[in-house]
Amino acid sequence: MSEILSFKNKNWFDVFPYLFGGAVIFFMVLPILIIIPMSFSQAQYFEFPPRSFSFKWYINFFTDRYWRGSMFLSLQVATITMFLAIMLGTPAAFAIVRGRFKGKSLLQALVLSPRIIPFIITALAAYFFYARLKLIGSMVALVTAHTVLATPFVVITLSAALKGFDRTLELAAMGLGANRLQTYLRVTLPVIRPGIISGGILAFMTSFDEVIIAIYICGTSAVTLPKQMWDGMIREIEPTITAVASLIVGVTILLMMLMGALGKSGATTKESRKASAS
Amino acid sequence: MFFPRQLLKGWSGAFPSIPMILFMVIFLFYPLLRVLLLSIFDPGFTLKHYAAIFQSPIYLKVIAMTLEISLLVTALCLLLGYPVAYVISSVKGKWGTWLMGMVVLCFWTSILVRTYSWMILLQRTGVINTVLLELGLISKPLGLMYNLFGVTLGMIHVLLPYMVLPLYGVMEGIDRSLPKAAQNLGATPFKAFWKVFVPLSLPGVGAGCILVFVIALGFFITPALLGGGKVIMISNLIDSQVTQLLNWGFAAAISLALIVVTLAIFFLSNRYLGLARMWGG
Repeated sequence: MSEILSFKNKNWFDVFPYLFGGAVIFFMVLPILIIIPMSFSQAQYFEFPPRSFSFKWYINFFTDRYWRGSMFLSLQVATITMFLAIMLGTPAAFAIVRGRFKGKSLLQALVLSPRIIPFIITALAAYFFYARLKLIGSMVALVTAHTVLATPFVVITLSAALKGFDRTLELAAMGLGANRLQTYLRVTLPVIRPGIISGGILAFMTSFDEVIIAIYICGTSAVTLPKQMWDGMIREIEPTITAVASLIVGVTILLMMLMGALGKSGATTKESRKASAS
Repeated sequence: MFFPRQLLKGWSGAFPSIPMILFMVIFLFYPLLRVLLLSIFDPGFTLKHYAAIFQSPIYLKVIAMTLEISLLVTALCLLLGYPVAYVISSVKGKWGTWLMGMVVLCFWTSILVRTYSWMILLQRTGVINTVLLELGLISKPLGLMYNLFGVTLGMIHVLLPYMVLPLYGVMEGIDRSLPKAAQNLGATPFKAFWKVFVPLSLPGVGAGCILVFVIALGFFITPALLGGGKVIMISNLIDSQVTQLLNWGFAAAISLALIVVTLAIFFLSNRYLGLARMWGG
């Protein structure tokens, strides 16, 4: 009897957390996926389920001058931001992981601070700063402001990759006659490359999604895609946004899969290194 | 070299980070300083903007509401996120990867897109109201957004991954043979979970709660879009003070207060909980 009871008890606790957890994950993903079927609706106003199928809102997005312009601007800003963030973040990650100096924890706090300070305050500061320089509505303002927000992701991702890096490989290369540059290019870089690329993707996504600072510094001459969406959302719900949102979800999934693949290739290099070391 | 070598000695390891530090000083810290100084110079030294925060019941109400919403959202995120992290850390292999992928997808999907989805779901002619009406469960559409309910729901959805990820990080490192040992010694599975597993997961609970609470304090987009002007949080107050009233001094005073609270929570928790480890910093 007691055995049956404990079996029952076990069953209860084996099933309930999974049902509840599964339901919550469903709640996390469903709202993101529901916009995809909605984006193929033909109706001007929302209808669920969509009664007719069309590419109307996608065509509208790609043919409308403003939507297309803001998409290209966002792609440009995000790309430049990504490269700047990699250029600034990579050496900083090396300093954090390998350097020995006083106040390293201060540097770490400094790196994280753009992600901790509430965005609205950063936006306010950016608005005040770029307005005095007459840079509101310029790509320079967008790129520099976004780079500040994106660099932490490069530093964090790359620090993690560097921590797992076996430095005896570098010593071995130098012992075999390679100079510092050769060692870096032939040994260090190939191993940490997945980390740099992952950090770069995160930096790209940070800039491509950024809206609060954009609201303040876009002006009327450099409207990014999120700013354009924001304007549409506060005025009225415009169906074209549904198509844009679906495209963004699609791109996010693709980039995530790319990062997943990078993570795997990183893991294999680690394993192959272990294998060759033993 | 202009600097004496002796002075540089302890710092040379930090040199590679100089470009980044310079960049951040020019494009973040200097602008922040300039704006925050507006709160005490108008044009001469004054504390009137700080006094104004405490003199108006409306502003105090906004601060109270922000704290209330942030606490509520943190509690609900813990309640919903704990089982998710538990399940993902318990499930092995392909399923675990898939479930984790869904949480990460949620994490990386733009806040604007997610808030927009909630607008589609919650509005009067939206998905939820349509389905409930068709099923005959309600006779007229429910007011699901432009109120506290909509804002709370939207914020929970945005912040859940910030709870799940640190919890998962801690739970993954917990030795599962410990609760099992408790079971072998006669504890029920739930008791073994409650007395052994939960205490071991507390560092994750602390990190997740602090992260969610701190980010919630500074929320702007979700209350602006799902609150419909009825739910005003501190960030929305700062925004309207600048864009509608051009009251820079007051906006700067509130900003400084919000920054101080945010950084204090973060650094205290960092000291006692080691929050920075989670960021890999």
